Amino acid sequence: MKLKLRVWRQKNSDATGRFEEYPLSDVDEHMSFLEMLDMLNEQLINEGKEPVAFDSDCREGICGMCGLVINSVPHGRGETTYQTTTCQLHMREFHDGDTITIEPWKAEPFPVLKDLVVDRTAFDRIIQAGGFISAPTGTAPDAHAAPIDKNNADHAFDNATCIGCGACVAACPNGSAMLFTAAKVSHLGMLPQGQPERWTRVIGMVGQHDEEGFGNCTNLGECTAVCPKGIPLESISRLNRDLFSALGKVK
Amino acid sequence: MLQATEAGRRIPLVATTTQPSTLTARQKALKSTVIAKFVMAGSGILMALFLLVHMYGNLKVFAGKTADGQWAFDVYAHHLRVMGEPILPPEGLLWITRVVLLVAVIAHFASAFKLWARAKKAVGGKRYASGGRVQRSYASYTMRWGGVVILLFIIAHILQFTTHTIDTWGGDAAASTPFERLVLSFQNPLVLIAYVIAIIAVGLHLTHGLWSAFATLGANTGAKARANLNKLAVLIALVIVVGFLAGPFAIFFGGITL
Amino acid sequence: MSQTFSLDADSLYTEGEPIKDTKAPEGPIADRWDKRRFNAKLVNPANRRKISVIVVGTGLAGGAAAATLGEAGYQVSAFCYQDSPRRAHSIAAQGGINAAKNYRNDGDSIYRLFYDTVKGGDYRSRESNVYRLAQVSANIIDQCVAQGVPFAREYGGLLDNRSFGGVQVSRTFYARGQTGQQLLIGAYQALERQIAAKTVTMHTRHEMLELIVEGGRARGIVTRDMVSGKIEAHTADAVVLATGGYGNVFFLSTNAMGCNVTAAWRAHRKGALFANPCYTQIHPTCIPQSGDTQSKLTLMSESLRNDGRIWVPKKGEDCEKDPRDIPEEERDYYLERIYPAFGNLVPRDIASRQAKNMCDEGRGVGPEVPGQGRRGVYLDFADAIKRLGRDAVEAKYGNLFDMYQQITGDNPYEVPMRIYPAVHYTMGGLWVDYDLQSTIPGLFVTGEANFSDHGANRLGASALMQGLADGYFVLPNTINDYLADATAHGRIDLDHPAVTEAVDAVRTRTEKLLSVQGDRSVDSYHKELGGIMWEYCGMERTEEGLRKAIGMIRELREEFWKNVRVTGEAEELNQELEKAGRVADFFELGELMCIDALVRRESCGGHFRAESQTEEGEALRHDDEFAFVSAWEFTGVGEAPVLHKEPLEYEFVEMKQRSYK
Repeated sequence: MKLKLRVWRQKNSDATGRFEEYPLSDVDEHMSFLEMLDMLNEQLINEGKEPVAFDSDCREGICGMCGLVINSVPHGRGETTYQTTTCQLHMREFHDGDTITIEPWKAEPFPVLKDLVVDRTAFDRIIQAGGFISAPTGTAPDAHAAPIDKNNADHAFDNATCIGCGACVAACPNGSAMLFTAAKVSHLGMLPQGQPERWTRVIGMVGQHDEEGFGNCTNLGECTAVCPKGIPLESISRLNRDLFSALGKVK
Repeated sequence: MLQATEAGRRIPLVATTTQPSTLTARQKALKSTVIAKFVMAGSGILMALFLLVHMYGNLKVFAGKTADGQWAFDVYAHHLRVMGEPILPPEGLLWITRVVLLVAVIAHFASAFKLWARAKKAVGGKRYASGGRVQRSYASYTMRWGGVVILLFIIAHILQFTTHTIDTWGGDAAASTPFERLVLSFQNPLVLIAYVIAIIAVGLHLTHGLWSAFATLGANTGAKARANLNKLAVLIALVIVVGFLAGPFAIFFGGITL
Repeated sequence: MSQTFSLDADSLYTEGEPIKDTKAPEGPIADRWDKRRFNAKLVNPANRRKISVIVVGTGLAGGAAAATLGEAGYQVSAFCYQDSPRRAHSIAAQGGINAAKNYRNDGDSIYRLFYDTVKGGDYRSRESNVYRLAQVSANIIDQCVAQGVPFAREYGGLLDNRSFGGVQVSRTFYARGQTGQQLLIGAYQALERQIAAKTVTMHTRHEMLELIVEGGRARGIVTRDMVSGKIEAHTADAVVLATGGYGNVFFLSTNAMGCNVTAAWRAHRKGALFANPCYTQIHPTCIPQSGDTQSKLTLMSESLRNDGRIWVPKKGEDCEKDPRDIPEEERDYYLERIYPAFGNLVPRDIASRQAKNMCDEGRGVGPEVPGQGRRGVYLDFADAIKRLGRDAVEAKYGNLFDMYQQITGDNPYEVPMRIYPAVHYTMGGLWVDYDLQSTIPGLFVTGEANFSDHGANRLGASALMQGLADGYFVLPNTINDYLADATAHGRIDLDHPAVTEAVDAVRTRTEKLLSVQGDRSVDSYHKELGGIMWEYCGMERTEEGLRKAIGMIRELREEFWKNVRVTGEAEELNQELEKAGRVADFFELGELMCIDALVRRESCGGHFRAESQTEEGEALRHDDEFAFVSAWEFTGVGEAPVLHKEPLEYEFVEMKQRSYK
């Protein structure tokens, strides 16, 4: 198929970005979206032009490194009903003659480093503010010392599947990272091992979330609708409950 | 140029977006948007409860006249002034309600402004080539400007029926009863249109606002709860819209006359 | 060591002195790890904060090591090329992690895990190392559960186990199909906690491009900041490489796009021996290549072979047909035909090789890949659906079927899946002793980057186990012995000639890559190199093919340095430059892999030499000649490397030939 690509080009974080248009032909429907971009880059290199910079690593939907806004939807949707990462989106979701607009995640705490590459280290700092269980190596009791209710374990797991890709922030009209933060608060807060630090964790992580400059949640649900792992919106409600309790418990 | 760092030597983390603050974790959390949202949700629910009561009172326009020949609506309006006596002074409860509502409006608006400014900063004015939504509701788009419309309406409404600064009934306020002013006002199509717009704005605001308030306060416990809370929000919004507009329409179309 | 064959004539390599692991204790195998820990020197906790360690790579092995060393009180600097330590490719492991917990009461023990691993490694690993791995395996599960890793649980609230990789006990712990992700997030959170505690300084988007060696010791590294392009030197008392495997030398593999050999190769060039580079694990159940623009391959769990039946058409002309239109009698269920006892459950390498044979015979299915023909065989669930019902199949394999459909667009409930083998794991790596120290003192290597525990073939669910064993429990104990003398060794300043020399070398190389300005892209070279490796050093290797490959790689490497086009500049975010540096190192590694494969004239584990097979086409080991580790010394690009043999002695496990007939 033949495509017209409108791609966001930006030299570095200080530069002003703009769209550039590139025609691309002989795109195969079995290619993944990123392989289509590989093909574009090969074409650009052969033309002596600078290829488009974009992040990707595992290309099997689990590392969280990739992420493009495709036709204004983070990770892109095409015609598929799957919620997926960009690397798992395939060209069969598009049609011959389509114009596809490709942009980076846009949010103040995610500055563009180049073209479609953004800096998501803010997420790491939110984790540093409490997104862990303090269990230094060697201190652990036997794994069967504390049985865990399967229901709780499953819900914790649903939240633990977050891959930290940042699509939730990219989709949120408020630039909020609440879904990401809530997923970790929920994952650890629903396990018995996570209880001792439950209240300081939520306080620390919410404080850091705001300090990074992320916006607030207005319960629109755009985040969960693009989340490749389907982290549910109720996690944010849980975070709110935990924060409320925490402020009463932690002095 | 060789940029040298030595392992173990503390170097600042990569580009923090803001200056490291000196607040404690708890202080930061208290200043966070989540707390602002609690305030927003609490004040919003308080105002929605008031609206339900207010709407219920307004339905008195359909009650006609009492046994002693007074309009039931006027009796109700008078009762609002003496409610709570003799424990409270005259108009005591009314003023308490007014103060509480004023605080709620200010808190609601102040947090809205804070959150709006923050969200604006967080997205940095950068949005995507073609807006596009994935699944958010239409109502959710109306929150901020709808809120401003509602605020302006509330001011106009108070200037009209409380302070009588805006005269929509043509005459001396002191010489008429609340019911007379009401009926005369809504016979004017412009007043009716203004109210329809404002009440629909309120309805849309509540459709997303109430769901959002419930979720913010922690009631969204799962997909089922999410569906139910959304339905509840729509139901309350619908009751309020119908309840508030029933009287004005009945007046305009001649169902209620003096 | 006597030499029984000669390749010296064409001077592809020379043989040097044998090498020995001097750190492994002797005596009863169960006591060796205790003994080593007792005899190793310790570092006073108060002194630790004066000692610094560099950790390169933040996967299971690196992330766990950095966090644990930070907890111990050392000053740690950690580096990764991704934007966050959480993205390391350990995250992609699906199946599970083994541990000798015997929670199933099914006869498992440390000894059995040890035995299975040695046997699975086709008797080419060290007994002491493997035993230690089995010993600490149980601690790993405890540690991960304490961190909040959500392993699968049963209704009673206790951990679930499954049997994996053809073993008869259920010792594999798993977390849905995302065990690697959950374990990595556990290690990542422990690491972030130490970053917050300021014991670890994290450098993301930094790629190690050189090792600094002074006075024969590893003293630091040179990195490139991948955002600004700045070349930086970092010095420390010890360096740990946890940089993963080198499967991307094949271009197409299940590795992540960024996986590379550069850090290990730079260390190799500075004197660290590289062991067993030819041992490559090829996984039989991957989604086949769909065309020549494919960038990577995706693995599907091997469990699919439990219920799926593998076949190809009997006649080549049927290969284009809709498989549902091919009648039963025209299908060749070749694994069931050749191996009636094990059928579709034969080991990975046999299943892989037979798939290749079928495609080579012209009976492959699926889209035609230019220059390769059809590369795929059917994995058919029609019988399973008939036997168990669609719901039961969906309950068992639903997520895998979804993944398959998402990638290929085919519905596997209706059309048979297509599978083909892909490179998955590399058992070889930098040579290390029992302490995980390389031949350069002060340079330690953990996880897939070292060669130590898997021998010639890795058992399923053992990669995660080894990465975490090294990172949490082995290295943090063994490194103390070296660090105890750190103050005596002294630390070098950043203006030391060894540092400036290393920095200059990186600069020169970068400039060279940018100055060629030829007319072929980096990727085109990488693809061509991968094609050569896959063809001649993949599932089946022959003397003739390997010799041919060495010549082709050398030619291609020379062309690369004359004709590659690297766009952009040195001091900016430049992904072409990143790739170019990695591919340049892959050329040198690829050549060494072929030489290693050529020298090892036997078939074992992930190395199949066509000349060494039984009459039934089974891999045939030659324990009398080849029971050794090949540790290679670098002598220069295109120069004959020196082979140092480390003899392998088996005191506890008897060496046997396997049979799956």
